[in-house]
Amino acid sequence: MTDFISNPDAKHKSGKATKIALRWFLLLLLLIFALYYLMPLFVMVTTSLKSLEEIRTGSLVALPREVTFDAWKTAWSGACTGIQCQGLQPYFWNSILIAVPAVFLSTLFGAMNGYIIAHWKFKGANLIFSMMLFGCFIPFQVVILPMARVLGMMGLAGSIQGLIFVHVIYGLGFTTLFFRNYYVSIPGELVKAAKVDGAGFFRIFWSIFLPLSLPIIVVTVIWQFTQIWNDFLFGVSFSQAGTQPITVALNNIVNSTTGVKEYNVDMAAAIIAALPTLFVYVVAGKYFIRGLTAGSVKG
Amino acid sequence: MSDWLERHVPKMVLAPSFAAILLFVYGFIAWTGWISFTKSRLLPKYEIIGTLQYERLFISPRWDTALNNLFIFGALFIIISMILGLILAIMLDQKIRTEGVLRTIYLYPMALSMIVTGTAWKWILNPGLGIESVVRGWGYESFSFDWLVNPEYAIYTVVIAGVWQASGFVMALFLAGLRSVDEEIIKAAQVDGIPTSRIYSAIIIPSMAPIFLSSFIVLAHLAIKSFDLVIALTGGGPGYATDLPATYMYTMAFSRGDIGQAASSAMVMMLVVFAIVVPYLYSELRAKND
Repeated sequence: MTDFISNPDAKHKSGKATKIALRWFLLLLLLIFALYYLMPLFVMVTTSLKSLEEIRTGSLVALPREVTFDAWKTAWSGACTGIQCQGLQPYFWNSILIAVPAVFLSTLFGAMNGYIIAHWKFKGANLIFSMMLFGCFIPFQVVILPMARVLGMMGLAGSIQGLIFVHVIYGLGFTTLFFRNYYVSIPGELVKAAKVDGAGFFRIFWSIFLPLSLPIIVVTVIWQFTQIWNDFLFGVSFSQAGTQPITVALNNIVNSTTGVKEYNVDMAAAIIAALPTLFVYVVAGKYFIRGLTAGSVKG
Repeated sequence: MSDWLERHVPKMVLAPSFAAILLFVYGFIAWTGWISFTKSRLLPKYEIIGTLQYERLFISPRWDTALNNLFIFGALFIIISMILGLILAIMLDQKIRTEGVLRTIYLYPMALSMIVTGTAWKWILNPGLGIESVVRGWGYESFSFDWLVNPEYAIYTVVIAGVWQASGFVMALFLAGLRSVDEEIIKAAQVDGIPTSRIYSAIIIPSMAPIFLSSFIVLAHLAIKSFDLVIALTGGGPGYATDLPATYMYTMAFSRGDIGQAASSAMVMMLVVFAIVVPYLYSELRAKND
């Protein structure tokens, strides 16, 4: 789209000075909004670097007079989540142990499902796809009660494996959708030609589709990782002391009622919990946004 | 034999996923639905006794608060996020040189967990040391901002944090929409001397109707599912002033041991989601198949 404010062809020719003033005003507004979005992050970082004493006496928006990393150390390895005081560290690893296999498995299944639904249509394939798509939308509250019972029956109650299982199952809808929409744009003639040459189902996937799939794999992995890392509902419902993911531990630290309220530790803990997904966003923002929009503009 | 195998391999590969969805989505919904018509309390009972749980639900003042809050939070969250997102998108669309950086800044909250967002805003909004004390420090001694602990206004703090998290995402959707409007039409309108504001209001924004719809769906869906944000920001309090259906369901399921109430509130949540999503999905899928 063309811009209007600086467009010399616009019929209402305003003075050059007005135009420049208008552009500066626009830029100023955009910067104010940027400050609004950055403010909480700024406050989190500065608070985490202050001592409790400075927090009580100083201002929320002031830079730390004396930078200290004590709060970070406590948040990582000493803060209390209820009775245990090991910091976020063990829960950080829990989240990794949950996210890595769950992302891998749900992406793998999604790729196969998408490949089949896009290029190996059989009667009922569309219905299956619609049913899976629908599964993306349900509020998970509606499956929590029976899932808790089934995990118990499977002997997975309160375990990391149980959480992996849950995340794989409820990630399938999205991963299938991503791969299906991507594979639909690969021409069917390619599959037909490969079949004529004697290639089978897996061979075609392996040597034709997989090499073309890197962008959608990146999108899917980022989407799934963000979803699983940031999940709280499944984590709080299906874990027990020791297997909790980082979001649950963070919430426990912040809302732990024993002792003095250590705001700097809370903020350091929140940043630690946010770092992995923030890192992914900064490094691979383009793919992150593509996943978000693909996950919302469905069909 | 190998021919038969070759023909059926796709079905066999798809089968486990399909079975999982059938059981863990549809089967579980059916189970929860069934339980919502029984007398279940601490343990599930399977004898159907009618709509008792729903009657209990709708005379409960706590559920009433939760539904009211969902309405207030949902409406404000959706409207403000959409307006803010649209304004940001239009401003960013004016060939701004630093667009890439600004876009990154507007959108990063979407990468955060709602628990992180809630924790941050809980600190910023706390009346003792947060914004209130900052403004007082500037000399406005009588300034008061205690929404977080005020039962009447606490739900609006959830709106503040929610909008902060989601509006950048709406901006991204709208920006993509603005970029896909046909340039020829806009050029023609400019040549005809139609003012910029009119070009936006009469040509560009109406052509983005599908994007308005999908952002509405996404935001409504987020609002109904909102759980972590409330837990981290207010814990549902003060009292149960900021309860949402999602937190009500969780409380009934895990702290009150009232499975019947948990199931019936979950079913109501699902019905609300379906009422919004089903017509949308239906039209999308039909458009794709045509």
